[in-house]
Amino acid sequence: MASTTDAHTAAQGEMDLLRFATAGSVDDGKSTLIGRLLLDSKSIFEDQLEAVESTSQSKGYDYTDLALLTDGLRSEREQGITIDVAYRYFATPARKFIIADTPGHIQYTRNMVTGASTADLGLVLVDARQGLTEQSRRHAVLLSLLRVPHLVLAINKMDLVDWSQEVYEKIHKEFTTFATKLNIPDLEVIPISALQGDNVVNRSENTPWYSGPTLMHHLEHVHVASDRDLVDTRFPVQYVIRPKSDQYHDFRGYAGQVAGGVLKKGDEVVVLPSGMTSTISKVELFDQEISEAFPPMSVTIHLEDDVDVSRGDMIARPKNAPKPSQDIDAMICWMTNEPLRPRQKLAIKHTTRMGRAMVKDIQYRLDVNSLHRDQEAGELSLNEIGRVQLRTTVPLLCDPYSKNRTTGSFILIDEATGVTVGAGMINTAS
Amino acid sequence: MTNTHVDYQLSQLDQLEAESIHIFREVAAEFEKPVLMFSGGKDSIVMLRLAEKAFFPAKLPFPLLQVDTGLDFDEVLTTRDSWVERLGARMIVATIDEAIAAGHVVDDGKTSRNRMQIGTLLGAIEENGFTAAFGGGRRDEEKARAKERVYSHRDDFGQWDPKMQRPELWSLYNGRIHAGEHMRIFPLSNWTELDIWHYIHREEIEIPSIYFAHEREVVERDGMLLSVGQEIQPKGGEKVEKKMVRFRTVGDRTQTGCVESEATDTAAIIDEIAIARVTERGATRGDDRFSEAAMEDRKKEGYF
Repeated sequence: MASTTDAHTAAQGEMDLLRFATAGSVDDGKSTLIGRLLLDSKSIFEDQLEAVESTSQSKGYDYTDLALLTDGLRSEREQGITIDVAYRYFATPARKFIIADTPGHIQYTRNMVTGASTADLGLVLVDARQGLTEQSRRHAVLLSLLRVPHLVLAINKMDLVDWSQEVYEKIHKEFTTFATKLNIPDLEVIPISALQGDNVVNRSENTPWYSGPTLMHHLEHVHVASDRDLVDTRFPVQYVIRPKSDQYHDFRGYAGQVAGGVLKKGDEVVVLPSGMTSTISKVELFDQEISEAFPPMSVTIHLEDDVDVSRGDMIARPKNAPKPSQDIDAMICWMTNEPLRPRQKLAIKHTTRMGRAMVKDIQYRLDVNSLHRDQEAGELSLNEIGRVQLRTTVPLLCDPYSKNRTTGSFILIDEATGVTVGAGMINTAS
Repeated sequence: MTNTHVDYQLSQLDQLEAESIHIFREVAAEFEKPVLMFSGGKDSIVMLRLAEKAFFPAKLPFPLLQVDTGLDFDEVLTTRDSWVERLGARMIVATIDEAIAAGHVVDDGKTSRNRMQIGTLLGAIEENGFTAAFGGGRRDEEKARAKERVYSHRDDFGQWDPKMQRPELWSLYNGRIHAGEHMRIFPLSNWTELDIWHYIHREEIEIPSIYFAHEREVVERDGMLLSVGQEIQPKGGEKVEKKMVRFRTVGDRTQTGCVESEATDTAAIIDEIAIARVTERGATRGDDRFSEAAMEDRKKEGYF
């Protein structure tokens, strides 16, 4: 085979990345839509398609059930439902995509929150015949709470409502009215048929009244570059590299992944929580000195002075640094059967910092369907979300989650079982 | 000094690299005794490269563990030795034959060597007291893997329970385990086969020569091309042919098939994969073909 040029080879590796989370139930056709995206972007291989075709035939279906492409675990195939977040990958010449495919059932809020935590975009599916359901509202609320900056509402099964513009407009309007109460900076509403492929990759002739993008076009072009914070420097120290070899006798590098801002040689910095100041003497990526580091690069920082820096510390700028705080006000999604109660003690992980936290107060439970705040709740059960006050044993070096999704988030761990039981998004720290 | 990014954009490959390096450092910081499971294949070599970058200029803060099936390709062992020497890494080799002798594994003549790796691996992890084991698994490989976490918790028996997985949010990994348990760590979770090849190409990473097209005597069996050699001899009616082939995975040589190919360098392989119509496991791994749920079963038992 003749090889293409190196430039072409390089271009494929150097394209950008979009992570998106999908939400919706089996009935909304979510698995079919994902199967369609994979199939139409030619990410499905012959043996995978053949396996799905033969299964569809043996089940007596009239058409190939694309949903079978993504139903991973045997227990799910038996029950015909999706029980866990699954990650899918596909690429077009424009972008690489990572899909966090989350189940839509009410009991699986924790999976939705998990999938949304890393997403740039959320894709909510509704059945055109049903319109907005409690579940689709809940999905939008969760995506908003997790600060997923872009949202697509895909109105599916348009073929079953005769491609009615009226139906589309009605659902569109109902959703935008509801969304005024949420934090959704960017919304696109697209009429599709996942089963037949209309407006998924190819523009549909059945919707002449629709002038917006197809779903794939939107995924390929939505602007995510400015979602990152390049102003407020945040560098959680993850690991101190000290080779202790003859060649690198005095080497002392602070390794970590940039959580915000731009770091470069000569920058005056402060190390938290100690408050010691110094200047960046070098920024390295592997064996190269680089001029600047920005999110989400994993780099090694050197400081001019021999200050005491260890894992869990944060490097920031003297005039723009988070205030160390042990009193945390946060929205918490509770993820285990045993409810969260006041005075409960848990392990907490925030950036690279571990500590313990005690629940001081559960201020209210948020009803994710009505957005009602129940101040009498007293506890949070599995899959419930509420506003909670925590007191921590170590100061957290945090920002509001609305400002920085990395320095504004934490997880709670049950100290006895070691299981992750809660996900937190910081409102304020004092 | 490299002035790389004026527009503050990271390519997808750079983002994957940054994420994987973050995972390596997190594990090295939080686990008492990590180990990197090294198969000699391209994915575990990419892991080595990422680990090298994560801790440079220090040596890797963990050893490598290889399960020797006794059926590894010579080319794979040569490349392994070259990497180990260059990095100055510590290498632990656990052999299936020793595991059989120790009673960790039973050779009933029907079980494939690949399957016997499970007992060998778990035996080695337990004997050495490893608390975290890096593996080169990718979520795009197979349906069951698509649901596995980066930090995949294993119980006392080394088993994976898909319904009891811990939620994994943001880049906050939970490394809590009890005595006797260990964590499997998959730093390449979000890489695809194509990403791996792009990275090998970009970084000019040394991989075993059998990944590239070469002439070899093969027989066709069950729709797969197997390399003729010590264990594989033509059976009734099978014809030995000399073909230009390459391997897409490098497991046990009795189970791993090759594909016809003219791709002699990484750029040509990338072209070939970009238009490939069969997944790498489906094409060349006999041990995954027995049932649709084959991988799920082996994972539950403690397979990589």
